[in-house]
Order: sequence, then structure tokens, then C-alpha cells
Amino acid sequence: MAIGKDRTRRNWLLSAPALILLTLAAAGPLLIMVVYSFLSPGQYGNVQWIFSLEGWRSILFTEDIFEPGKYTLADAHLTILMRSLKLSLLTTLITALVGFPTAWFIATKPPKTRVLWLFLITIPFWTNLLIRTFAINEVIRNEGLLNSFLLWAGLITEPLRIIYTDTAVFIGMAYVYLPFMVLPIFAAIDRFDMRLLEAGFDLYASRLQVLRRVILPIVKPGIIAGSILVFTPSIGAYVIPRILGGGKNLMVGNLIDLQFGQGRNWPLGAALGMTLLVIVMIALAVYTRVTNRENDRG
Amino acid sequence: MANASFSASRLPGFSTIATIVFVMLYAPIVTLVVYSFNAGKTVTAWEGFSWRWYQQAWTNDIVQDAALRSLTVATCAMLIATTVATLAALGTTRTGPFAGKTLISVMINQPLLVPDIVTAISLLIFVAALKVATGYQGLAYLIVAHAAFCIPFAYLPIKARLESMDLSLENAAADLYASPMQTFRRVTLPLLAPAIIAGGMLAFVISLDDVVITSFVKSGGQDTLPTYMLGQLRRGTEPDVNAISTVLLCLTVLLLSLFFVLTRKRD
Amino acid sequence: MPNKIAVEARNAVKVFGQGDTSHSALNDVSISIKQGEFFTLLGPSGCGKTTLLRLIAGFETPTSGQILLDGADITALPPNKRAVNTVFQSYALFPHLTVAQNVGFGLQMQGRPKAEVKATTAEMLALVKLDAMADRKISQLSGGQQQRVALARALAPKPKVLLLDEPLSALDAKLRKDMQIELKRLQHETGITFIFVTHDQEEALTMSDRIAVMSAGNILQIGAPRDIYVKPANRFVASFIGETNFLPGTTAPGGVRLDCGATVAVDGSFMPGKVTLAVRPEQVRVQGAGTAGAIPAIITNWVYFGTDTHCYLVLSDGSPVVARLQSPAMGEAGLEIGASVGVTFAPGAAQVLKD
Ligand SMILES: Nc1ncnc2c1ncn2[C@@H]1O[C@H](COP(=O)(O)OP(=O)(O)OP(=O)(O)O)[C@@H](O)[C@H]1O
Ligand SMILES: [Mg+2]
Repeated sequence: MAIGKDRTRRNWLLSAPALILLTLAAAGPLLIMVVYSFLSPGQYGNVQWIFSLEGWRSILFTEDIFEPGKYTLADAHLTILMRSLKLSLLTTLITALVGFPTAWFIATKPPKTRVLWLFLITIPFWTNLLIRTFAINEVIRNEGLLNSFLLWAGLITEPLRIIYTDTAVFIGMAYVYLPFMVLPIFAAIDRFDMRLLEAGFDLYASRLQVLRRVILPIVKPGIIAGSILVFTPSIGAYVIPRILGGGKNLMVGNLIDLQFGQGRNWPLGAALGMTLLVIVMIALAVYTRVTNRENDRG
Repeated sequence: MANASFSASRLPGFSTIATIVFVMLYAPIVTLVVYSFNAGKTVTAWEGFSWRWYQQAWTNDIVQDAALRSLTVATCAMLIATTVATLAALGTTRTGPFAGKTLISVMINQPLLVPDIVTAISLLIFVAALKVATGYQGLAYLIVAHAAFCIPFAYLPIKARLESMDLSLENAAADLYASPMQTFRRVTLPLLAPAIIAGGMLAFVISLDDVVITSFVKSGGQDTLPTYMLGQLRRGTEPDVNAISTVLLCLTVLLLSLFFVLTRKRD
Repeated sequence: MPNKIAVEARNAVKVFGQGDTSHSALNDVSISIKQGEFFTLLGPSGCGKTTLLRLIAGFETPTSGQILLDGADITALPPNKRAVNTVFQSYALFPHLTVAQNVGFGLQMQGRPKAEVKATTAEMLALVKLDAMADRKISQLSGGQQQRVALARALAPKPKVLLLDEPLSALDAKLRKDMQIELKRLQHETGITFIFVTHDQEEALTMSDRIAVMSAGNILQIGAPRDIYVKPANRFVASFIGETNFLPGTTAPGGVRLDCGATVAVDGSFMPGKVTLAVRPEQVRVQGAGTAGAIPAIITNWVYFGTDTHCYLVLSDGSPVVARLQSPAMGEAGLEIGASVGVTFAPGAAQVLKD
């Protein structure tokens, strides 16, 4: 129908400037990156235009220096990949565990004060990630606030060595990404009619039963959405491990960075970037599956 | 609401956890702000109030330069992102299904889905090639990159507002002899204005905060405030970084408060 | 020229969607609305009233057919080029403009001089008795006041036709009655043709010069309120407007032979065969058993309504009949539940319907 065609044309024309910009500075470069992951590294960085699967292979395997053609598992890369997965999953778990009570606390405040609490959680959400990483760094480093306090209180005699460990990265990520968990859970609770709780109690449910049978099913979509919002930036974290993990406790993001710096292996960096992207896409696909199923049931 | 002895929504322990969370969330930030006024160098000992670190940052040419660059990039990125996002929102809401709608929506949200570091290296690859090909090293790369990843942030509030806006208002304008252009200028745009401003502010904050993508795209000597701060940290912190952080923090809080006011009032 | 045609729809068809999901909202509708008329579209929800109005206003283009205004084909004109204004169901008042700015909007868009815009706005506000509210924001008005602003805004450009889509449905009963009177007054004072949509049959009967009864995208009958009530064209119209007794029967010499055996005399000629007889409850009389020409019936229930009393009866073949009687001062002897009585119809009251 002519009207349908006209509408399609109008909408595409209106969207065109945004699409051009995004193609130029987002989608296009991503495609180029895919191409680069199949090329050979140049001697001083960049690439040589020779097809090669070496970039992809070196994610998991290294070639023996003495025996060309013999490949062994790349332990260093594996360790970093596993650390990234472990730390992001842990971060997701802990933020969910404390994020739910926090969101509940805000949502059950009377409307007037609720806005204020909501605002308090939103500020860190939008505050510069770098600044908040600095802030937590000041607290946990060896001469930081935490150690000074504990020493002063006589609870310890030697400073705790937290900074530049996996624990430091984990604390940093949990601290930085917690608001990403709280807000979607809050949104889920906010839509919830609190009279349902009273109905639950009216029908002889105990507090625990109400929590399990009434509250959790309603909060679940929020927790799932929050988990995605926390997991995605955690697995791709770059700034936090760089500052709090020191040079040793790398995550995938830092490993990618290395390939474009000292490593001078752009194809490997590109392949690692694609791997990271695939992990995020899998997480998103699982999320979509789960929420669709929830919607079908609800 | 009467304060009955039985509160259906109370869950034991939740308030305690929430209180601890808020304390832990703000303690580091407050520490950072307080010690930006410390006369001494460490966060552990308070040596009296002083503007020393603000002065040091303010008189530092490199900081001034970076601040100016941050503002330039953020302003340009905001203007570009908000303009194209407004057009795209007009093209993708209240229109019913059309060929390619999902594709457009995926494209617009792509910067939200792809990890920063991946976008950063893909831009590095592309921009490196462009720099060699054109010889141009200027700020435009940063501006375009920032504009692109700011688009979804500007787009979301505008789209939300449009979706809640009744099409019957535009119908009423047409019914009262307004041409499509007049309808847009006299009805759609004024009603959309708060959301456009809100979207612009989010875009501005996002651009101002970025460190990863900027680090990879910038040419030599093109530090913004965040990349400058990241660089400083490696050399061991000077408290002037705290002072800069505090200023950025205040700016964010200010813009966010405005955003809250703008998006709340209309409901 | 009292009989000049203001608006005409010729074979208007509107199909929404395409292919399997397509849905016909209007099937071949033809209608002529006279100048200065208060014309009402009446029908159940989803029958296509709004769609027909939107075709006239120009918000939808017909799939086929034509729309004419003052004899000129306007099918292809956009809404902003049609001298037709709409009072929207939800009012659609501009929230960012004041009352006066809303009312003056159409005139401004037409490029009228400032002085004229100002004068007409004041005149219109006076017409709807809102002079005191000119500088208020829309959100500071009550529902009834917003309704008046919507009316003033649509009337200000002096359109040839005013379209009103259930304009009173958001008001409470008392305000609704006031606005009905108000609307009639405005129509009288301005002389503008009103096309009014409602699914409230009482509202349609009391306000309209003519009514079109619609169902499922078709116009079933067009006529003055009285004609439609007294001579419904078919069973749907009869049941949609007022209450009606439907009695099955077959044609017989001199009238209709009901299934219970009695014969009822009816006016006019009709095709022989099975038919349904329609009789309004207030045209049914209840008399003593054995009255000459009466149909035997048994009383099954009484329901008291204040001024009226409804008497529920059943004929010998089981057909139910309702009679609306004036409430007697005291209980009427011999008309208890279970009593055998005779039923007659007022002369000319029984209408023959084709199913
Ligand atoms: N834009 C549209 N797309 C698809 N179908 C539509 C559209 N507008 C109306 N319809 C359908 O056309 C039919 C007639 O709708 P219309 O709004 O004209 O009914 P109506 O008589 O005004 O009902 P109501 O009294 O409920 O307002 C309905 O079945 C409706 O679902
Ligand atoms: Mg309707």
C-alpha cells in the first residue's frame, strides 16, 4: 500500500542521521574489527593484510618456541578469562543480595521521602565511574582510610593488603555497579500493589511464605534485569581492574588493551574483543529468553 | 496512612542492610570530597581546611586545557546526539510497524549493548587508519565518537515522552488548520522540549564521564579531564585529582537534579 | 435553503490492516447530512462511528468511496485544509497553552489578523461562559470547563460542520444533562451543522433532528427520532432503541397469525412468510380474561418502578411479553401473579419486522 511505503520512507529518513553516525562510529568499526581479527600482526602494531587464524588461536593456545607447530594451552589467557568470569559472577551475586533489600527499603518509603532515597541511589548511578573508583581506592589502599582506622582501633597490627588483589577488584566492581542492580529491582517493586501482601497475610501466609510466594516472583524480573546491567559492564571492566588490580590482576578488558599497547598483537586483541562481545550477547540472549518465558507465564 | 503495629511490607533485616549500603555507598565519596579540602597530602590525617588543591588544579595549564577540551567535546557531542536522537525518536515512535523498525532500534541501542573496551578498540583500529589516510589529527574524531555513544542516552527520554504523548493533540492541531510544519513547531516541539533537554543533559553527563573510549581514540596531547586523571593516578595521586573529582561530582549532581525536576513535573 | 446538503459520504469503505488481519470498519456507507442539522450517529461500541467521523475530518482516508463537503469532493484534502472541526472525545486540549490560546489556535493557523483572533476568542469564551478563565492553564480547569473550552476552540474558526465524538461521555450524569441543553443552544445560535456520536440512545432521541443507527460498519436506518422509535426498520434497531416485545408468527389474511394461535391486525403490506411482530411495552394493555379480541396470557411477575409498573406475562406458546402500565393507586384486584388475563395492543402499535 502506498501509505505504508510513504511511512517507511519518512521514518527511515528521520532516523538516517542517527544511523549514519552510529554506522560511522559504532557498527562500522565493529565490522572492521572482525576483519582485523583474521589478519596477521604487524611488526610495530597494526596489521599486515595476510589472512590468518593466529589471532583467534592465540586466545587459548600458544605455539611452542622451540617446536613450531606444537601448541599448548595458554595458561595466562585462561587464568584471565576465568578470573573475569568469576569476578563478574560474584559481583552480580553480591549486588543482587544487598541490592534487593535496598530497593525494597526505598520502595516501601512513603512517596515523599521515596523520591529523596531514589535520588540518593541515582547520583552514584550517573557519577563518573573513575571518580568512584578513586574514592574506593582511597578507602582500601594500604595507607587508606580502612587500614588507618583498623590500626588506630587496635584491631590489626599490620595493614591489610587488599589493594592489587582480586578482592580489591571485586570490592570495586560491587561498589561501582551496585546502583545498576538497585534501580531495576526498585522499578519492579514500584509496580507492585502492596495490598497483595496484605492479601497474602490475610490468607494465613507467614512472612517467609509471603516473601517466597508473593514478593520474589514479582521482584524476579527486576533482579534478572539488574543482573544483566551488572554482569555486562563487569565482564568488560577495564578501568577498575587497572586501578585496583595493579599490573597483575588483569581482566579481559586489560588483556585486550595490552594487545594494542606493549603486546602489539592487534589481531589477537580484535579476536579477544569479539570473544568478549559474544559472551555479552550470550548473556543478553539468555536474558531475553528468560524474560519472554516470564511474560508468557505471567 | 495510619501507622499500624502490623506493617505488611516490613521485612526483618532489610532496613539494616539498606542503611549499611547507603553508608558504604556514600562514605568513600564523602571522604574524597572532604579531603579535597585538606591542607595536607594524605586522606588519613586532617591538617586543616584549605583551597590549596583547587588552586593547584586551577592554575595548572594542563588541567585547564583538559577541562576546556572535556567541555568542548561534551557540548558538541550533546548537541549532535540530541538532534539526531530527536529525529530518530520522531521516526520510530507512534508510527505502527514498518519495514526495518527492529533494525533501527538495535542500531540505536548498540552502544548500550557493546562493552566500552570493545567499542574503544574498534574505534582505535578505524581511527588509526583514518588518521594515516587523511593526516587529520583533530578533535573531530573524539566528538563523533562521543556523539555516537551518547545517542541512546538522549534517545530514551525523548522516546518515552513521545510514547506517552497523545496523538490526538497533533490531530487537533491539524483539525484547526495547522500545516504539518506548524503542528510540529507549535504543538509537538513545545510538548517535547523538557524531554529533549533531559536527554541532552544525560548525553552531556555521559560524554563528560567517558574515559575508556576517549583514551583509545584521542591523538597525542588530547587529554580530557578523565584521561588526565587516569594518567595522574599511575604516577601516584596528588590530591588535586580529588579537587577535580569534587568539581565534576557537583556538576553531575546539579545536572541530575535538573533532570529530575524536568521529567517529574509533567506527569 | 433549508435542504442543502452539507456533508455527504458516497459508498465510503474503510478497511484497516492488510491480508489476513484486515478488518472492515465501514462497509459501503452512504449518507447525506443537511445544512444546519443536528445529526447523530448511534450504535454499539466498535460499529464504526468514530471511523466515519475521522473520514469526514480527514484523519483517515477511505479505502474507497468519496467524502463531499458542500458538494465539493474533499476526499484527498488533509484535515488542515477542511472547513470541519472536531470536538475530541478526550478533548485534546493543548496543555502548554492557556484557555484563550487554545481557543484562538485555529484562527491563528488560518492567518487571521491579531485583532480578529482576539475578538473572536473573547466572543467564543463568552458563548461558553468561560470569560473569567481566559488566562488559566488547561490543567486548572474542571472536566466540564475543559469540555466547554474544547467546544469553543472547535467553534471559533466558524467551521461548516462540527464533529463531536462522544463529547459528553466523560461527564457525570448531572453535568451531562446540562451540557446536552447547552449543546442544543449553541447549535441553535451558531446554525452550524453538528454531527454527534453517542452510544446512549436516550441522548440521541432527545437531541437529534435525525439519527443514523449503525451496526458492524453498516447504516441500518436513518430517520427522525420518532420514526426510528415507532417504525424500526429491523430487529436490531428495534432492540437497540428502547425495549420491545418480539413475537414470532406467520402472515395471514388481514394480519399476522402468532404462534400462540391469535391473529393480530397490522397496517401496510408485506411479503408472505414467517415474520416477527414488534410491540413496545407501553403499547400493551392487560385486560380481564375473555375480553373480545384479547390474546390469553398468564401473569408471571410484577416489578414496581415508581410511576410505571412492569407486568411480565407469558402467552400460551411460551412467548414472554412485557407490558408497561401506569402504577395504580392501590393494588389492582384480579391481577395477581398466576392470574389468567387477556392482552391487547394499541391500534397501529404492532410492527412487522423481517428478521
Ligand atoms: N486504526 C485502526 N486500526 C485497526 N482497526 C481499527 C482502527 N480504528 C478502528 N478500528 C476498528 O474499526 C472498528 C470500528 O471502530 P470505531 O472506533 O469506528 O468504533 P466506534 O463505533 O467509534 O466504537 P466506540 O463506541 O467504542 O467508540 C473497530 O472494530 C475497531 O477495532
Ligand atoms: Mg468511538
